[in-house]
Amino acid sequence: MVPLSYYLVLSGILFACGVTGFLIKRNIITIFMSIELMLNGVNLSFVAFAAQWHALSGQVFVFFVMVVAAAEAAVGLAIIIAVYRTRETLNVDRVNLLKL
Amino acid sequence: MMPNLYLWLIPVLPLVGAAINGLFGKRFSRQTVSAIALGFCGAAFVMALWIAAQFSSLTLPHVERLASWIRAGDFQADFAFYLDQLSLVMLLVVTGVGFLIHIYSVGYMWEEGGFYRFFSYLNLFMFFMLTLILASNYLLMFVGWEGVGLASYLLIGFWFTKDSAASAGKKAFIVNRIGDFGFLIALFLMIKHFGSLSFEPVFRIVSGMPAETAGAGLLTAIGLLLMVGAAGKSAQLPLYVWLPDAMEGPTPVSALIHAATMVTAGVYMVVRSHVVFDRAPQALMVVAIVGTLTALFAATIGVCQTDIKKVLAYSTISQLGYMFLACGVAAYSAGIFHLMTHAFFKGLLFLAAGSVIHAIGGEQDMRRMGGLRHHIPWTFWTMTAATFAIAGFPPFAGFFSKDQILWKAFSGEHGSWVFWAIGVFTAFLTSFYMFRLWFLTFFGEYRGETATGHGDDHVHAVSDSRAGAPAPRGHGGIHESPTIMLIPLVILALLSICGGWAGGERFDKFLSPVLHAGVTANSLEEVGAATPVSEQKEHGVSEGLLESISVLAAASGLFLAWLLYQKRPQLPQEIAHALGGFYEAVVHKYYVDEIYAAVFVKPLIDGSTRILWHGIDQDVIDATLDNSAEGAREVSDAVRHMQSGNLRSYAGWIAAGAAVVIAYMVWMGTR
Repeated sequence: MVPLSYYLVLSGILFACGVTGFLIKRNIITIFMSIELMLNGVNLSFVAFAAQWHALSGQVFVFFVMVVAAAEAAVGLAIIIAVYRTRETLNVDRVNLLKL
Repeated sequence: MMPNLYLWLIPVLPLVGAAINGLFGKRFSRQTVSAIALGFCGAAFVMALWIAAQFSSLTLPHVERLASWIRAGDFQADFAFYLDQLSLVMLLVVTGVGFLIHIYSVGYMWEEGGFYRFFSYLNLFMFFMLTLILASNYLLMFVGWEGVGLASYLLIGFWFTKDSAASAGKKAFIVNRIGDFGFLIALFLMIKHFGSLSFEPVFRIVSGMPAETAGAGLLTAIGLLLMVGAAGKSAQLPLYVWLPDAMEGPTPVSALIHAATMVTAGVYMVVRSHVVFDRAPQALMVVAIVGTLTALFAATIGVCQTDIKKVLAYSTISQLGYMFLACGVAAYSAGIFHLMTHAFFKGLLFLAAGSVIHAIGGEQDMRRMGGLRHHIPWTFWTMTAATFAIAGFPPFAGFFSKDQILWKAFSGEHGSWVFWAIGVFTAFLTSFYMFRLWFLTFFGEYRGETATGHGDDHVHAVSDSRAGAPAPRGHGGIHESPTIMLIPLVILALLSICGGWAGGERFDKFLSPVLHAGVTANSLEEVGAATPVSEQKEHGVSEGLLESISVLAAASGLFLAWLLYQKRPQLPQEIAHALGGFYEAVVHKYYVDEIYAAVFVKPLIDGSTRILWHGIDQDVIDATLDNSAEGAREVSDAVRHMQSGNLRSYAGWIAAGAAVVIAYMVWMGTR
């Protein structure tokens, strides 16, 4: 059986990748994907703990996170499309005004 | 079964008038406003007469309770009204003279702006004054007491755009606060020691207490504190300074509030509390001394005043001093008698002075009057009656009341020849300054046109004798006042002549159930101490002799005034020169206002400016507020750069914040 620490390290790496991408990328879609990466890093640690302790709650949490992520993706992509339509760019550095 | 007299209606009627005129008067015509004011005030007078008519069939004192007001534990104060001989006299004087002055005001104020406001205030004053008189406990009396002060303030400052009128109003209000402070402390003492403020229980308890002949105790303290209150309201030394300034108000106000009614409230209060004073000889002595000194002091100032209303104001203070002298020698009925006659003749003097001022278009300086008797005969003759009355010539009203006071001051239980001598000298001064006013105003030549308005007050009597045909300013030359102003003058003149014919003895008998009521309930050794009338000192001097001396004093005052202002008008100036510094001091009212300004007002203003304004308000309160606002602004200036609109910098802040939180949790977890 793979030890718990492996899962946690992988989870941490995934989360750190997400954070890094979130901070340094300029394209909104890439930022969005980085957020998904962070969520999945967290999901991985949830299921790892659930398997380790034989507790179902961790797995239930993962389902919740997936549902929220799906909803977020729907709303987020809609916003991205709207942003692109009005500003014709996806560079966040140029999306710095609430009002046009 | 006691008949219901609806006593509460008497004060409330003028209140209704005040409310109607005050709320809606602006839209009414002058006729409507005066009809409302006169109607409600007259209704109160009619009710007073109605009560007087059935007075003999009442069981006295007649108390009517309208509603309960304050209940706290054992303490209780009600809206209740108290009628006895004393309040009946006051009631008739206040409503009667008040009604006459209301009538007069219609003519006097007709041309003025704020007509409705004036009558609203005047009716409001009547409400509070009648509350003061009819109250059945000290607390309700205090409500009226403060209320008349308010009405007085409003009416002194009636022409509020004039700075001197506005500050005179404030001065009256503030000086009265000092007196009210003493009154309030007296009330607190009564609550603490008697558990009540209603007249009946308080008087019953006090009647059971021994007289404080040996030392000063509770009753002396209460008496002195009540006297402080009375000195404030009735303009006695050392709190009289507001009354001369109060002459800034319209003349009917001076007549009603500052001569006939409100300023006598202190006398009424002292007489009402006579049970306390009877048992506190030291307090009584203080009352007598204050009254005597005030009478003399104000009379000397009155001699040198040149403003016709100021002379009358100092005369009022002096006459109030007489009333307190009467109270101080336990001759309460004489005090109330003088209060009544004074209300007639001093009210008349003010109204006639107003008529003079009206006649020559607003001039108040007597140096610019003169020779008016042919132009305004009605005013002249009524004023003559009042002048003779106040000077104390028989058979005018003032003679009887003043003489009663002087007789009691000499012969009474607490009296002394010193009081009498000062009183007679003051009577001489009174006669002198009143006839000075009379001669300067009505005799000689009119000095209105050429007078320059500065220099000594006697110069013009000489230099302007050539002044020919009078040509005064104002509307249409010197003219007699309209009939509506003359009617009250004539009625008051008749009262000034006949008002004293009842005589002091009969008046004393009428009031005796009130004033000697405490005696019957006393223990035996007390009766001797508290029976003022029956056991007078043996002294070989008859009342007739003293009467002739005081008439002589009045006559010599008249003669001196005639000599100085009619026969040899250059003489006053020479006398003034001869007196030098003393004359200067008297002209400047003994510099009392200046001394008060230097001792009390200036330190107070300086202290307030430096400590309270600059020190506390600016340096502490304002500074705290300003600095915290400045700090918030600086912090926000720094922090608002975080909100750049750049999404990636937001992301960075979120990451940094999360890192801090995680670091904190790790640190907490590993401790």
